[in-house]
Amino acid sequence: MSAHQQAVDGEAILAVRDLSFYYGDFRGLNKVSLDIAQNKVTAFIGPSGCGKSTLLRTFNRMYDLYPGQRAEGQIIFHGRNLLDRKQDVNLLRARIGMVFQKPTPFPMTIYENIAFGVRLYEPLAKSGMDERVEWALRKAALWEETRNKLQQSGLSLSGGQQQRLCIARTIAVKPDVVLLDEPTSALDPLSTAKIEELINELKSDYSIAIVTHNMQQAARISDYTAFMYLGELIEFGNTRELFVKPKKQQTEDYITGRFG
Amino acid sequence: MNRYSRRILTNRIGIGLSMLAMAFGLLALLWILWTLFYNGFAALSWDLFAQDTPAPGSEGGGLRNAIVGSLLIVGATALVSTPVGIFAGIYLAEFGGKSRFAAATRFVTDIMLSAPSIVVGLFVYALAVETLGGFSGWAGSLALSLIAIPVVVRTTENMLLLVPGSLREAAFAVGAPHWQVSLKVTLRAVKAGVLTGILLAIARVTGETAPLLFTALNNQFYSTDMSQPMGNLPVVIFQFAMSPYDNWVNLAWGGALLIALMVLAINIVARVLFRRKSSD
Ligand SMILES: Nc1ncnc2c1ncn2[C@@H]1O[C@H](COP(=O)(O)OP(=O)(O)O)[C@@H](O)[C@H]1O
Ligand SMILES: [Mg+2]
Repeated sequence: MSAHQQAVDGEAILAVRDLSFYYGDFRGLNKVSLDIAQNKVTAFIGPSGCGKSTLLRTFNRMYDLYPGQRAEGQIIFHGRNLLDRKQDVNLLRARIGMVFQKPTPFPMTIYENIAFGVRLYEPLAKSGMDERVEWALRKAALWEETRNKLQQSGLSLSGGQQQRLCIARTIAVKPDVVLLDEPTSALDPLSTAKIEELINELKSDYSIAIVTHNMQQAARISDYTAFMYLGELIEFGNTRELFVKPKKQQTEDYITGRFG
Repeated sequence: MNRYSRRILTNRIGIGLSMLAMAFGLLALLWILWTLFYNGFAALSWDLFAQDTPAPGSEGGGLRNAIVGSLLIVGATALVSTPVGIFAGIYLAEFGGKSRFAAATRFVTDIMLSAPSIVVGLFVYALAVETLGGFSGWAGSLALSLIAIPVVVRTTENMLLLVPGSLREAAFAVGAPHWQVSLKVTLRAVKAGVLTGILLAIARVTGETAPLLFTALNNQFYSTDMSQPMGNLPVVIFQFAMSPYDNWVNLAWGGALLIALMVLAINIVARVLFRRKSSD
């Protein structure tokens, strides 16, 4: 595949180049190259185990938590390779936020769930923090439901609300990129619809990379789609084009459900 | 006899034997409790809390000095072993991993957990009492801490290991440094379990006698000076129960009842706390 195919039309917030990833001896990603477009939604699809999560977790160096896991290649973020040893990973994670498959509210109040991350890098006064919490909850379409119970535990919310709380918590620190790893796969259809709507609104402020095993979801919400298989990037491009006239046979087989 | 009826028979015998074992255990326990309550409540009086331990041969007396001494020694133990135990537990669960130092710490902790308490008492005697000017309440707290800390360390570590990896990752994902992830997120997630461990550790040391015999010793007089020998319930019970004086034996029963009630109360609090927290 020519390098040209991995590029996007506008600005790229992340430029992934020849990225390989290893779990010990097992290679989870093989020379992946693509751009994550600024203020767009990029979806990652592919059969389970093809390396979607692995790829997403290189963007915020989540794999650093586990000895034996390592990445090779480059991911350029604001002109620097974020895989670089010298990269401050905590700072990186504040600028590249992540929402997980299972809602993971912190064991603290709704207010604190959001303030926790903000406080790490911005010493806001009480009123500033109050505003930020409200701002984030509004952005995550959760304000109306929680405005009167900010001091209740985040765990007291429903699953869908918890996931929106996690999104609120992520955007509250005003990152450049938001990574979402199957954020709706544990949720009911109504909550899923709300979150899809939310993602659509968020892209005016953030660049979004989302993993989904639901192709309709990818088609509905993304601008670019990457199809992966066995640790390789098979096809990457404009979502509409990829779904309407895929260039690769494998892609076509997968999106038409004829996959082995 | 076919296989089916034999199986039923085996089953019945099995159940019968385990019922018997249970009855035996329960009976012993009830017997102990009944004797304790019978003699203990007879010994309860206002004087028990208002007067100090009597001199040999004198009438009456109470346990005020021993009660206050026990509270001070156990209180200091709780203040020392809680932070030490929690931080060591966090180290083992979150930072140590499979390192040599962590493995060594775990090994020592496990040995300490099963070390006879009299050995701990002798150790502190040799270490602190002989070198640092004699028996004292502090030495007693030190001995009890050495017993309590391993319990707190192990509970903290085990509770932290139960925290789902996803929660830990989520905390890292907002850019939190490791120590904040540990203290503010994962530890908080298992707060109730850790607190329960601390309470159980305290309940355990509350009745320890041997370590105090060699460290806090005893003090016939009321004293709140932790650098001096200090009266305490277990040692008083030990000495009074075997004495020839009726009023001493009586006081020993009263003291035993107090300790039993205290431990019972701590256990109940621990259970309630754990149940409430783990259900939300
Ligand atoms: N912690 C790990 N250790 C070893 N192999 C792993 C680990 N996590 C994932 N893998 C392997 O890496 C491959 C990609 O996994 P993953 O990125 O989770 O797939 P996806 O998210 O696309 O379902 C799979 O073959 C999986 O078995
Ligand atoms: Mg995955």
